[in-house]
Amino acid sequence: MTVPQPDAPRLEASGISKRFPGVLANDRIDFAVAPGEIHALLGENGAGKSTLVKIIYGVLHPDAGTLRWNGEAVEIADPHAARALGIGMVFQHFSLFEAMTVLENVSLGLDKAEDRRALAARVREVSQAYGLPLDPERDVYTLSVGERQRIEIVRCLLQNPKLLIMDEPTSVLTPQEVDRLFETLRQLAAEGVSILYISHKLEEIRALCDRATILRGGRVVAECDPRAETARSLAQMMIGTELKTVVRRDAGTTGTVRLAVDGLSVAAEALHGIDLKDISFDVRAGEVFGIAGVAGNGQNELLLALSGERLAGTAAALRIDGEAVGRRDAGERRKLGLCAVPEERNGHGAVPGMTLAENVVLSAHRRMGLLSSIFIRAGAAARFAGEIVKAFDVRTPGTAASAASLSGGNLQKFIVGREILQKPKVLVVSQPTWGVDAGAAAAIHQALADLATEGVAVVVVSQDLDELLAITDRLAVINVGVLSRAMVTRDASVEEVGLLMGGAHGLASEAVAAQAERESSVYVA
Amino acid sequence: MLPRLAALRIEARREIPRGLLYATPLLAVALTVLAGFLLFLAMGYDPGRALYHFFIAPLTSLYGWSELMVKGAPLILIGVGLAIGFRANVWNIGAEGQLTMGAVAGGVVALAFWGEETALTLPLMCVAGIAGGVAYAAVPAFLKTRFGVNEILTSLMLTYVATLFLSTLVYGPLKDPLGFNFPQSRMFGDAALLPVILDGTRLHAGSLVALAVAVAGWVLMSFTIVGFQVRVLGQAPAAARYAGFSAPRIVWFCLLLSGGLAGLAGLFEVAGPIGQLVPVISPGYGFTAIIVAFLGRLHPLGIILSGLLMALSYIGGETAQVMVGLPQAVTGVFQGLLLFFLLASDFLVRYRLRLRPAPAVQPRAQAAE
Repeated sequence: MTVPQPDAPRLEASGISKRFPGVLANDRIDFAVAPGEIHALLGENGAGKSTLVKIIYGVLHPDAGTLRWNGEAVEIADPHAARALGIGMVFQHFSLFEAMTVLENVSLGLDKAEDRRALAARVREVSQAYGLPLDPERDVYTLSVGERQRIEIVRCLLQNPKLLIMDEPTSVLTPQEVDRLFETLRQLAAEGVSILYISHKLEEIRALCDRATILRGGRVVAECDPRAETARSLAQMMIGTELKTVVRRDAGTTGTVRLAVDGLSVAAEALHGIDLKDISFDVRAGEVFGIAGVAGNGQNELLLALSGERLAGTAAALRIDGEAVGRRDAGERRKLGLCAVPEERNGHGAVPGMTLAENVVLSAHRRMGLLSSIFIRAGAAARFAGEIVKAFDVRTPGTAASAASLSGGNLQKFIVGREILQKPKVLVVSQPTWGVDAGAAAAIHQALADLATEGVAVVVVSQDLDELLAITDRLAVINVGVLSRAMVTRDASVEEVGLLMGGAHGLASEAVAAQAERESSVYVA
Repeated sequence: MLPRLAALRIEARREIPRGLLYATPLLAVALTVLAGFLLFLAMGYDPGRALYHFFIAPLTSLYGWSELMVKGAPLILIGVGLAIGFRANVWNIGAEGQLTMGAVAGGVVALAFWGEETALTLPLMCVAGIAGGVAYAAVPAFLKTRFGVNEILTSLMLTYVATLFLSTLVYGPLKDPLGFNFPQSRMFGDAALLPVILDGTRLHAGSLVALAVAVAGWVLMSFTIVGFQVRVLGQAPAAARYAGFSAPRIVWFCLLLSGGLAGLAGLFEVAGPIGQLVPVISPGYGFTAIIVAFLGRLHPLGIILSGLLMALSYIGGETAQVMVGLPQAVTGVFQGLLLFFLLASDFLVRYRLRLRPAPAVQPRAQAAE
């Protein structure tokens, strides 16, 4: 019943404001998406991207401002209404039932029931038309993350959206999968579907998007053609200041071996978890070692096995400075100098309901001498917490604030800082800069580099390949619980690592061979 | 299309006002009194008089206050132990059984020394009482840590075993040979009884121990690494493992501690107000202490207050029975009301109910695909 006005933008937001207690998340935001346009929404964490998108998708309601859909003012009461208008959204975190099939999951997400067979046919049709291969009968737990994302996309496409919102869609994909996704998105755009693409990966935005709206502190600070910008200029618009470049000393591959992992195998704890199979690698003093891989390939399991939260079968599977610690728990490994930063902050790296000073006691009570007999030295803990807050620029009213009151990025800075300031000998970090703004990410990278310079062995587990390529000396790829052979980062290319990330078992040697071949052909040329 | 009705939604509050969290016990008490008022009115009693005898009359005499402590002591002792476990998400529901086994173990010591008591008898009884409760709580602890059996079920079911075991003893081997075949043991000798600390009352030394235990519990939970481990395990098990805190060890600690305190409370009952082993030694202190723990916000010092309040509900129930002729069940009803209102107001502090208007009418053209 809406009469589309030919020249009107598909979606136009004007003066959208939304206030939460203590923060103006969206401050009079104006922007428009034309039909068939791929429009980037760019901003640091906390810039207001999520709030804006939630308003568009009807999850939140604006305090002020209007949304126009094809030129007509609309009020979007809830996601159901948004879908009825033709707005589809693919969330960063999937909502899928692992024990059910693809088809069952798709049909659960639809607003009205559909005949099973007809739906299966439509799923096949859509998935073929857009290069999103999917078997409707497969159980979801057998699928890779990339395949799971396809389910979410297909689920949206089945409703013939006119605007597709993608929230950080590539954080879980291999570079090859990203390329394939981009092809799909371009095809959709060519058919007239508008795409609102939320990301903080600047290169991707430059490769994919026609326009970009940049948010900072809840406001639109710039609108530009990302293809005409550099990643650096985009980043500076995003954070509003100059970016610092991480200073790296030369690769320190000559130090003594501080962390030696030899034939580490750990059976999965959870149903549908990943078994770690015969993992071996060494990290030397002064070295930053990267572990790349698509999410859910055993990174969490590996981190738990390294930190001591899960024990290895034999003591010799893991050595810290030569001492066999495979059977020792996290507390004892920490005493020997192995500190760890887990991927999950709330509830794992920190206790949300406790204060920052208490959260310091969590992992630092031994190394920082925060106990006298069984009593906690509260003053010393608060002082150490204060040191962390200062050194890592954690934005908090004080060390008596609860961990839950910090934003994700600030809590990450706090946890990373807590482990670094304990002067570890080996530091294992998972996703060091996940959800952290660009400025803070650079600071964390610098801190890790400095740590290595001081002779610490640093292990970085990350899904962000660009991050690993930038800060590691060597890296290996984990895929379904198997770790590839380590390669020198300087000599590795995105394509090879990408192959390993998405690759089947045993691809490691092939990739290395392929690399050697390509290199020799370059020389010949 | 569904009818567009306003929907009631439950939303988590972003910020939980801390003051409110501590005010909820008071609110719950106020609501309980109000509900009691209406209840008495509906039953045809004079509500003012009934409430006076329930809540005020017991506090108008020194004897009343001493009775408050006598009944409050076991509640506080057990409540503190349970609260520490609850903080770690260890749900010992079987304190009543541990209390019984503590009473049995301590009582057996008293009877073994009968007629030959020394100064060491009472301390030995205390040790035995604690050991009885500890041993009985060790069963759910072992099953939980070894096989992952839910401690709520095991500890609760063991309660009934304990009560029957006590009956077996007082109907059989421990029966007083000169007791006219009544199911009760001999009266303990004087040296096997807790000293009375206020003449003319039943106030015994166990009350002081209960207060001391509450203070010690507060120190343990607030200032030591042990209490810290307990709290971390309860709030974030993954963080506890990350810190290197052993969950099984904490589970053992919590169950044994709460079992030991319950056992000591049981011994204080038989070596104090009762003075012998009888088939029923507790009017449900072990279960009431669960309410006490929550009403006291799982805080050892708060538990002193909530323990005394619940003690008042026992005494007030008796007084109101005698003076106003209220049925005996009124004590249980009041305790139930109190727990209900406490949980309800807790819920409303953490969440809020929202009347959400139905979505506005939308153009549904595209949906008709």
